Formats: sequence, C-alpha cells, structure tokens
Amino acid sequence: MAILGLDIFCRDTIDREFVGNCLKSASGDTTYLHWLLTGWGTALGLALFALVVAMFFGVLMGILRTTPNKGLVFLGDAWTELFRNVPLIVQLFIWYFVVPAAIPALKEVPGFVLAFIGLGLFTSARISEQVKAGINALPRGQRYAGQAVGFTLPQTYRYVLLPMAFRIVLPPLTSESMNIVKNSSVAFAVSVSELTMFARQSGEETSQPILMFLAATVAYFVSAFVINRFMKWVEVRVRVPGMLGAK
Amino acid sequence: MKKSVFAIGALLVAGLAQAQTLDKIKSSGTATMGVRESSGALSFTLGDGKFAGFHVEVCQRVLADVQKSLGLAKLDIKYLPVTSQNRIPLVQNGTVDIECGSTTNNATRQKDVSFAVTTFVEEVRIAVKANSGITSIAQLKDKNVATTTGTTSVQLLRRNERAAGIDFKEVFGKDHADSFLLLESGRADAFVMDGQILAGNIAKAKNPADFRIVGEVLSVEPIAIMIRKDDPSFKKAVDDSIIAMMKSGEMAKIYDKWFVQPIPPSNTRVGLPVSDATKAAWATPNDKPVEDYLTKK
Repeated sequence: MAILGLDIFCRDTIDREFVGNCLKSASGDTTYLHWLLTGWGTALGLALFALVVAMFFGVLMGILRTTPNKGLVFLGDAWTELFRNVPLIVQLFIWYFVVPAAIPALKEVPGFVLAFIGLGLFTSARISEQVKAGINALPRGQRYAGQAVGFTLPQTYRYVLLPMAFRIVLPPLTSESMNIVKNSSVAFAVSVSELTMFARQSGEETSQPILMFLAATVAYFVSAFVINRFMKWVEVRVRVPGMLGAK
Repeated sequence: MKKSVFAIGALLVAGLAQAQTLDKIKSSGTATMGVRESSGALSFTLGDGKFAGFHVEVCQRVLADVQKSLGLAKLDIKYLPVTSQNRIPLVQNGTVDIECGSTTNNATRQKDVSFAVTTFVEEVRIAVKANSGITSIAQLKDKNVATTTGTTSVQLLRRNERAAGIDFKEVFGKDHADSFLLLESGRADAFVMDGQILAGNIAKAKNPADFRIVGEVLSVEPIAIMIRKDDPSFKKAVDDSIIAMMKSGEMAKIYDKWFVQPIPPSNTRVGLPVSDATKAAWATPNDKPVEDYLTKK
C-alpha cells in the first residue's frame, strides 16, 4: 500500500493516522478514501438530479418548438436561447447568490439543490435543441400521415413522431448525459463539496495534489464511461429493424 | 509499467533540480514574485495587474537587496498571481522564485518548499455578522461555517469540531472573497480564517460595521515568505535581508503602513496592531513550522 504514496487514502483526515478498514476509525474519524467516495457520490447525485430536470424541460421545450402553435414555439425558443447563451458558472452564481437575494425564502434551500437545478436548466437548453433537430429530421409526410388517420396533435407526437425522434437523438443524449457528470464539477464554485472540491482541498492538505487530482480524474472517467456503456446498451435494446441502419 | 514510473520519476527530479535561484536571477535579470489576489493586507491586487501589501513590500525590499548584492544594474520583477492550490507546485517547478502571500509554514510543506524567517504570526479567528450574537465557537453548533478551500483552516475546523464535540456544517468558498460573500449573503453564519484576512475583507466590505471578529484564537500560525527548497544561498540572502529589516525597526514601519494606516485601493484601515506573537517572531527570527507553535502552548 505504501507504493506511490497510495496509503494516504487510508489515513484519517485529522491526524493522518492509518485506519485499518480504510474508511472510518473507531473514534469516527474519516479517511481520505471516505472523503473521495462522499465527494464522488455528491457529484453523481448532482448529475443524476440535474439529468432528470434537464430531460423533463429539454424534451418538453424541444417538442414545443416543433408544434404548429407560434406561441408555444416562441416559449420553447426563448427558453433555449436564455439558458444556452449564459455561461454555466454564471448561471450557478445567479441561482446561488442573486436569486436568493431577491427571494429570501430561497436562502434556506441548500446549495446542492440550487446547483442541480442550475445545471439541469442549462443542459435542458442543449437537449431541447437536440430533440427539436430529431423531430425535424423526420420526413414531413410522417406528421401528415398521423393527421390523415385522424390523430390529434398530441396523439401524432405520441404514436408517430416521438418514437422515431427519440431513437434518432439517443447518441447526442448520451453525450449530454456524460457532459452533465463532467459539468457537475462547476458546482464547486457554489460551495457544494463534490469531487473537484475534494481534489483541491485534499491535495493541499496532503501536499499530493497530483495524486488527488488523478483520483478525481479516474472517478469522473469511470462515471462518464459507465453512462456511455449503459446508453449504448439502451440504444441496442430499442433498435428497430430497418430503421437508422439497424438490421 | 515500471519503466514509465521511472520516466515520470526522472522528469520530477529534473524539474526539481533547478539552477540555483540567485544564478537564475543574475543571468536573466528578472525575478518572478508569486502574489495573491485577495489575502487581506498581506498581499492583494489593486487591479490592472498591480499588487501590493505587507509581504509584497517586504519582498520588493528583499529583491532590491538581492539586486544590490548581485551587482545588477536593473532587476525586472514579474508579478504572478497564485492561488492556495497552485502556489506550492509553482514554487517547486521554478515558475515562481519567491512567493509573497499568506502561506502558513508547516512541516508537510517543508517537505516540498523552504520558508524564509517568519514575518507575520497569524491568529485564526471567527468573523460573524455584528447582529448575530455569536461570540464564541461553542455557539456555532448546527450553524453554517464558511472557510476557504485549499487552506489549513479547513483542517483546523475539523480538529476543533472533534475536540469540542460540537457539530457544524462546513461551507467551502473557492477563495477568500467568495467565503466572505457566503457570510455577507447569509449563506454562512461565520467565516473562520486568519485574523488579518478577516480584517482585510471586513475593511473592504460595503458596510464594515456590520461585521465583527469574535471568539477565542483558534490557532496560531507562522506566515512566511516561501522559496524553493534546497537553495541555501538564496535562503540566506532572503533571511539576511529580512532580519536586517527586523533589527532596524524597518519591519515595524512596513507593518504599520499596511495594517494600521489606511491602505489603497479604498483607503480604509485594517486596524490590526502588531500582535505579541508577531513581535516575538521579529525579536528572535526563526523559520519554525506551525507544529512547534502548537506544542509550545
């Protein structure tokens, strides 16, 4: 364990004493490994909640932008442009410092919640763009066919357009899901103690910043790669023979 | 695998085995000073790429002495802003020759870098809003306590938390200005940090009267100018210059200028007269790490 200084992960964060099980000593002191895992969990939780927010608003706004109703198209466009044209870190600062100054009740909301809302809304703009592109990629005849058989507009979307559009946009959605994990590191700027914060603080405390950043890098890579493999699996599972090059 | 480990090791050694700083300064005619953007009155930016502060002025005088002893007609000082996280690697790899910020001299860091004699002894304190009614660390139970990532105060807080058996929520600012914003915006109930950084941030606040520094001294830390390790000739040059200032009373004058008199950019006072601990460090110049201070208590 002492090779390459890796034993530091099994030492507690107060006195640097070696902890047998590598996580928690009898007196309740936690180790750097424990801290790393907590930070990793926070980063993943942040990404997961943000993804739910992003998918909900992204898909909704993407669909609105392809409807025949001008008002709905405007709403979808405005939403997308608003969240797409402001840098992520600025959006998080606005959610964390500016909005609570205007609405005092929000001061009680933990930074974690504000961070995943901010991250989710930012990503929703990107997803909305992809969903819109996916729907527009379908031949116009599909929409007419739906209307010709007497479907209402929601039914046309539900039974004709969306099943195909979602399959088309799965690859870019994979990228977005991976991005959201990596972008969660920005939450460090609004005091969420996630993986990047762990890397910086522990690097300073142990004087081994390279080792700590490597550990964080591996954690980010593993998270993003697992998502990549999972989405690949989904892609294969929902494949329709004869469509999008599937056999 | 083994080969690559050796290769990385060789690279590291090559990086560390820098030419001696004095030779480098002499041959290039330049010296790079590591400075901080917001480390209270010790080292801060005036904007526009200009830096000032107690340690910055001390370093300027040290470099002037170095220039004299090297017989250089002209010495170009480059200012490079560093952060809590990158200051040690930058000193190690030779980017920064002399770091003049607010670095605590501790045993862990002494493995990587070297420190000049202690020029300032810091007391870690608690800043709160004046109307909060908090007067000691015991009252911080279940409160949000802000501190800055990449500083020793984070560990200190943890240690205090365990010793006193009180539980509080730590909120980490990414730099001192950010931590103070946490306190100012009500996201945190207290900000635990070096006394002079707190005083400096309060002095710069919109309403300095809204904040107060309270409570017991949580820790005493020697703050020193940081230089590369294993460079005895440069360390001697820096130490000699600083000790001369301490003996001549010049150090006290520089201290007074930055911590007692109004300072730029807003011409406010930090209002932190020299502490007994700092006076003691000037009377008997030393480069002892913080650990020696702790056992003395």
